[in-house]
Amino acid sequence: MSVSAHPGPPAGAEETAPVFAGPTLERLQQLLTRYPTKQAALLPALWLVQQARGWISDRDMAEVAELLGLTPAYVKGVVSFYTMYHQHPVGQHFVQVCTTSPCNLCGAEAVVQALLERTGAKELGATSPDGRWTVIEVECLGACGFATPVLVDDDFIESVTPERVAELVARYK
Amino acid sequence: MGFPHKPHPRETLVLSQHFGQAEARSYKGWVKRGGYAMLEQALATEPAKIIDVVKESGLRGRGGAGFPTGLKWSFMPKEKKKPHYLCVNADESEPGTFKDREIMRWTPHALLEGTAIAAHAIQAEVAYIYVRGEFTEPYAILEKALTEAGAAGVFGQLQIHLHRGAGAYICGEETALMNSIEGKRGNPRIKPPFPAAAGVFGMPTTINNVETLVAVPHILKRGAAWYKGLSLSNPKSTGTKLFSVCGHVRAPGNYEVTLGFPLKDLVYELCGGMRPGRTLKACIPGGSSVPILDRAETEGCLLDYEGVVEQGSMLGSGGVIVFDDSADMVYQIMRLARFYAHESCAQCTQCREGTAWTTKILERILAGQGKTADLDLLLDLADNMTGKTICVLSDSCAAPVVSGIKKFRGEFEDYLAGRRRPVLVA
Repeated sequence: MSVSAHPGPPAGAEETAPVFAGPTLERLQQLLTRYPTKQAALLPALWLVQQARGWISDRDMAEVAELLGLTPAYVKGVVSFYTMYHQHPVGQHFVQVCTTSPCNLCGAEAVVQALLERTGAKELGATSPDGRWTVIEVECLGACGFATPVLVDDDFIESVTPERVAELVARYK
Repeated sequence: MGFPHKPHPRETLVLSQHFGQAEARSYKGWVKRGGYAMLEQALATEPAKIIDVVKESGLRGRGGAGFPTGLKWSFMPKEKKKPHYLCVNADESEPGTFKDREIMRWTPHALLEGTAIAAHAIQAEVAYIYVRGEFTEPYAILEKALTEAGAAGVFGQLQIHLHRGAGAYICGEETALMNSIEGKRGNPRIKPPFPAAAGVFGMPTTINNVETLVAVPHILKRGAAWYKGLSLSNPKSTGTKLFSVCGHVRAPGNYEVTLGFPLKDLVYELCGGMRPGRTLKACIPGGSSVPILDRAETEGCLLDYEGVVEQGSMLGSGGVIVFDDSADMVYQIMRLARFYAHESCAQCTQCREGTAWTTKILERILAGQGKTADLDLLLDLADNMTGKTICVLSDSCAAPVVSGIKKFRGEFEDYLAGRRRPVLVA
């Protein structure tokens, strides 16, 4: 299993250099060939921003808008619709725990508690004081037979129990 | 990554026969298993003939609605005047359902082959596979498979692209999915126009579920008559289906059985039944959007489109959620309502307000602050949320609430009368 991290800046900092330059711009141009409209490349373009920055700032949204011939307000409308796009900086590792009914039946709430304690994030949505961890509850991750699934950045981890949390957190040194 | 369970003798392995074989994920491994032979044959066959075979097989959409697949394909214009599109719905997000994820992670080429055959049948030159944003692993596996098969040139002129979602259950609704591909908020569209007339980018479009498409090469290979013969109860329900079983069973997982298989046997035999000392209380047979069955209904239910309706629910996506006697039904129904409140796109008032208020009232009951009139209020709300909105998300929130109050009223009343200790803080 690969261990990934958002290479984004520390909380609060906002980069001013454009996201779309060099290979990232090439990647966007490649994406544009897949769709008959520029607008259709919006979701993948936003993913590129988030991969580069760790989150999507108003400045980044304006840059995407300019490139795709949209307004910044339109782009913000789309960003705010989709819950996986971060409109604020998050911890270096972003942890999503499924707590919908099937996982709830299998003890997801105890997994959330264990993660909050072990990472030091303390509260849902808050970032740990060392800036390394943000833990949130999410609705159905689509792996109900492998309760409780946890998404750490891009790593999808199945069958997490409170007992496995310490080992899981330790993996992300 | 979790490994699939050992096949049970009562399963009928068609779609899942290569689950667990890592080699099947590679292009070479897939070709070795006979993969892409049906695509080659299909590309040399007239589209109308393929549609006829699929119609004849009785295959129905596996995403939840159960609409006949061949008929859906036949709605596409025969005379091609505009570009045609195929959208593959891999936005699997229905609580209780995790079959498409398993198909994509073990047999990505099966999906690509089915997609290419369907695209040929509806004369589409571009296909988008919409994968939910959280499915990082299936996405990477599919991407690799697509690159390999594309390099081998098996798709001819067809372009297949992956499109990653970003966390919105509603994008599994076909018109919301098309809006999301177009770079818009995932709001469902009013129908008509139907997608076959004006779909993605305003062009004729067909949207199919992952599991539906992976069945197609098997139908072409073994014939419509063979597929039609896979039916244990009602002849209108044919073929095999993957049932995702989760919750309080000993062996959760994806089980492939012929339609018409008894739900009782799936739960007690294939999944090993309840945990020691526990008994079955309830079951949601088709993903969280369908009505809850009580124990007697569960034990009398046959798993096909008609059989589940007979018990007062729906087959839906085949996501089976099992509750044993330790489950607090009021709490579980609140969790489901919370899901729908979170996932409502908020376009329609009945849904935006209805899902939020349903959740608040259920939370109030669980906090010991419910009022006697709350159950009637919930039912009244549910009535106003059913059949009155652009899509069925609102109806889906109402279904577990209405069936839950009807079948487990005593549990609600225990909270209202203070016989049960509150589990939430007001």
